[in-house]
Amino acid sequence: MAEFFTALLEHGFLQQALIAGLLASIGCGLIGPFVVVKRITFLAGGIAHSVLAGMGAAVFYGFDPLSGALAAAVFAALLIGWVRLRWRTGEDTAIGALWAIGMAVGILFVSQTPGYATDLMSFLFGNILLVPARELWFMAALDLVLLVSVALFYRQFVAVAFDEEFARLRAVPVDLFYLLLLVLVAVTVVLMIQVVGLILVIALLTLPAATAGQWTGTLAGMMMGATLIGALLTSGGLALSYAPDIPTGPTIILLAGALYLLSAISAGLRAKRRAEKAVRSITRG
Amino acid sequence: MSTVTTAVIEVEQVGFAYGDIPILEDVSLRVEAGEFLGLVGPNAGGKSTLLKLVLGLLRPQQGRISVLGRSPKQARRYLGYVPQYPAFPRDFPIQVLDVVLMGRLGLGRGLSSRFGAWRQRDREIARQMLIEVEAGELATQPIGALSGGQLQRVLLARALVGEPEILILDEPTANIDHRLEGEIFELLAQLNKQLTIVVVSHDIGFISSYVSRVACLNRTLICHRTEAINGNLINELYGERVRLINHDHEGAETNLGTAGANMNAPQTSLPSHQEHPAHG
Repeated sequence: MAEFFTALLEHGFLQQALIAGLLASIGCGLIGPFVVVKRITFLAGGIAHSVLAGMGAAVFYGFDPLSGALAAAVFAALLIGWVRLRWRTGEDTAIGALWAIGMAVGILFVSQTPGYATDLMSFLFGNILLVPARELWFMAALDLVLLVSVALFYRQFVAVAFDEEFARLRAVPVDLFYLLLLVLVAVTVVLMIQVVGLILVIALLTLPAATAGQWTGTLAGMMMGATLIGALLTSGGLALSYAPDIPTGPTIILLAGALYLLSAISAGLRAKRRAEKAVRSITRG
Repeated sequence: MSTVTTAVIEVEQVGFAYGDIPILEDVSLRVEAGEFLGLVGPNAGGKSTLLKLVLGLLRPQQGRISVLGRSPKQARRYLGYVPQYPAFPRDFPIQVLDVVLMGRLGLGRGLSSRFGAWRQRDREIARQMLIEVEAGELATQPIGALSGGQLQRVLLARALVGEPEILILDEPTANIDHRLEGEIFELLAQLNKQLTIVVVSHDIGFISSYVSRVACLNRTLICHRTEAINGNLINELYGERVRLINHDHEGAETNLGTAGANMNAPQTSLPSHQEHPAHG
């Protein structure tokens, strides 16, 4: 750990990695809670995996992979959203299809691009140590999009997440905000890809928010908690993985999983203790 | 209020089917301003569907509906709606006051009423409304911690903060005990001094002492009487004689229950009607 802190002061790439992790944790905090309470984890997973098609096509045609990822993510989000709004049922199948087809298309593109086979691993599992400064700005811009959208439409997003039927009766354009929410999920996925890769994104999107949700009763509390936990996990994962030279993305995800498990157990124990205390106070009169 | 004759809800010869299952046939209903209409009928008789049509959540395949002289969709913001089953998950991380505040979405003009967080004034109105429905102390409770009766009051407050002209309630007392049921209907009777109210119930014996008119729905609508409800009428509606007299024109025995519902027996409720599964 001490080795990490000295290295952090010396090496610019480590500082950039740290900043990338912090930028990603803003996405954890702002959008993760909506994914958790709206129960669209599978949908977010579908968007994340279909992103490979965009990244593969981008490297094949010589564009920046992240802009390809963004285009594919937004396209996938709108397509899944449209299927759900149009048919109500069949959403599940559509997500599964998009999930697999997106990956298949991406892998075909990557296989036809000479010298990009190594990049495939970093697309899939992330490589936080190789985030160039230019991409930090890209991530910051995505964070800004998330911040502005959520700040402007917080009420509408909460209403659509909570009770679509009632929101519709209050003249909220529910379909529009649902699609916008999915687009923001897509943006968040792209934001996190550099850090943990597209396969592991789903854990970083949901686990910090779910962990925070065990200790707070409001969505705003979940947002703040998830941002802090996300920052802790990305920084902690970076620090832990540096000295033994193990991949950072998987380390971050394992940390997230461990924290979630610990939190679930202690939240369960706390609830049990409280219930026992309540019963005791009744029987004592 | 009985002298006012402006129709606030006009349903004209409406037909509706889910797929090929007919739910409503040739239903016409006029609700006057200031009325307290009880919509009764057996389970699966189409009561909730009729409400959803009036709210513009569904569209009729036949006939037309106008609410406050507008289309149901345009009239939505003037309606308050208390659903039978809350459409939200009970474990959603949200406090009661924030649930009530959602009733104020779509109100007001200008940027601050559309963007950002709630204004202080909205919070004040929501808090006040919770006090009026006798749920003031629940404001900071998580929504999942409420009992059935408490939740019903909160949903009523959510409908009322939208400053509705018509209040529509779908089985508002289905999940609560009879003492609370009485309290909620007392509250509705008070509200009726300012609002038109349409309430769906399967429990005509109970609601009859509060509502000013009863409409009976079982795929077709039989809007029985506009005069004051009395014991005889209840007997006609739900007693033994109903089968022989009032419902003959349906061409089928509707069997609205044989328990003689009367004013003294509020616990009488209609049995479910397994014999009419095709009616939705």
